[in-house]
Amino acid sequence: MLSRDQVLYVARLARLELTDAEVEQFAGELSHVLDHIEKIAELGDLADVQPTSHVVAVENALRPDKPRPSWPREEVLAAAPDPAQGGFRVPSPGA
Amino acid sequence: MSTVLSLTAAQAVEQIRAGELDPAELWHTYRERAAADELNAFTWVAGEGETPAVAPGAPLAGVPVAVKDLFCTEGIPSQAGSKILEGYCPPYTATAVERLQEAGAPVVAKTNQDEFAMGSSNENSAFGPVLNPWARDRVPGGSSGGSAAAVAAGAVPWAIGTDTGGSIRQPAALCGIVGLKPTYGAVSRYGMIAFASSLDQAGPFTRDVTDAALLFSAMAGKDPCDSTSLGLPEPVRLPSATDLRGLRLGLPEDLLAGEGVEPGVLENFRATLDRARDLGAEVKTMALPHAEHGLAAYYLIAPAECSSNLARYDGVRYGFRADGAGDLLGLYTHTREQGFGAEVKRRVMLGTYALSSGYYDAYYGKAQKVRTRIAEDFFAAWEEVDFVVTPTSPGVAFELGAKTADPLAMYLNDYFTVPMSLAGIPAISIPNGLSEGLPTAFQLAGPAFSENRLLDAAYALEGALAFDGSPARQA
Repeated sequence: MLSRDQVLYVARLARLELTDAEVEQFAGELSHVLDHIEKIAELGDLADVQPTSHVVAVENALRPDKPRPSWPREEVLAAAPDPAQGGFRVPSPGA
Repeated sequence: MSTVLSLTAAQAVEQIRAGELDPAELWHTYRERAAADELNAFTWVAGEGETPAVAPGAPLAGVPVAVKDLFCTEGIPSQAGSKILEGYCPPYTATAVERLQEAGAPVVAKTNQDEFAMGSSNENSAFGPVLNPWARDRVPGGSSGGSAAAVAAGAVPWAIGTDTGGSIRQPAALCGIVGLKPTYGAVSRYGMIAFASSLDQAGPFTRDVTDAALLFSAMAGKDPCDSTSLGLPEPVRLPSATDLRGLRLGLPEDLLAGEGVEPGVLENFRATLDRARDLGAEVKTMALPHAEHGLAAYYLIAPAECSSNLARYDGVRYGFRADGAGDLLGLYTHTREQGFGAEVKRRVMLGTYALSSGYYDAYYGKAQKVRTRIAEDFFAAWEEVDFVVTPTSPGVAFELGAKTADPLAMYLNDYFTVPMSLAGIPAISIPNGLSEGLPTAFQLAGPAFSENRLLDAAYALEGALAFDGSPARQA
């Protein structure tokens, strides 16, 4: 069972602010899922097996290094919650 | 039901070409059907006044298509079923969608889905659940539940969705239609809002196998904007096989014995194997020794990739931002707390945990090794058989709310679809009968880039099975 502290630690890494109820809930649910995942241990020693991060072997997918126009700044900023002075405005990190 | 609605997409293309059907009439008929939808299958429907122009001679001739919400569509809301992308209208269109538009399939609607494609019931959407047209108290499957329900109900001629661990095949199965998950890399992922990048793949939802081939042929291809896209070694052919002579179908008995497959599903599966034998196929019992561990590996790899991909949603550049969050860190954490739904948070937590210092080797590293083993199982299988066959889903469509309280029970829906995703190979689901009045389905999987052979085999079986999907369209 994941402890409350473990859940809060992972939430901090994931930049999630969880409610107390969610902390309780996730401790139980994640433990349950992790128990199922432990079935992998049945496969024994996998030390000699190469990990697969990507199934299709693609080597050096290159394209010509040619400049092309990017999207207009206004269009991209139009989707932002708080655009200002040609950029994305955010609160001060130390506020 | 009007005659237009009884046409498959391929038949509509043919009639338009022959001058027997006006594409504008087809557009308006389906636009009105989509606008009147009662299944909550759509997140956006084209406006009344717009009749899109289609280039003369375009291969899809103006037959409209619905597109899962997670495909970026220029100027049209694209939220991947999430509150965190509230109001987001992308400045560009996904390559797969752009190809369909260029081929003459204008976008008539965007379809509802599980948030960021995480779910097997379409109950994890910020837009609310989608209802199954066969029984409205049932789920349509997920994550592409809107696409599946819309096609089954005849609200659109065909649709596209994405499959990460079964999100095309399982909803297609639960709604009694055809769903194809292509080989990883066959279709560009550019403009698809990412869930698990090493697994995500787009594909068609259609009434029959011919439509699946036709829609897939227009989507596939290498794209300079997705360096993992490969295109196909040969063009997609429309299927024409009438028998399965000379084909060896691999039956992974160990996998079938694993997780609780419903008796009605198993019965229809065995009956389909008999039809396959009648058509000349040889059914060979074989083993995929590591496939039963597919779910465990998948539920580490996919959440790990999702926790990384979803780090971009921070309330700064697009979509939703929480009010009154204080400092910058507070802005991130409050935006993500309020913007993500429960399942997305659960998977972000699981993935972050699996990637965190001290656990990486034990979880993510090990899962990647199991993935290697599963891919090797399939490589070994192709020495002996042409395709591997299973039921698509262990059960028929379940009641809304039946599995929401138990994440693990929900994950088990993907038991038969996840191994193919991990191996990156193509698989198609076709309806093969009813159990308790609800559709069951048959899955065929083949080696990478075997789509033409797979479509041919599915087509021959489809003819023999003669499944009647029309009850869903009369709902």
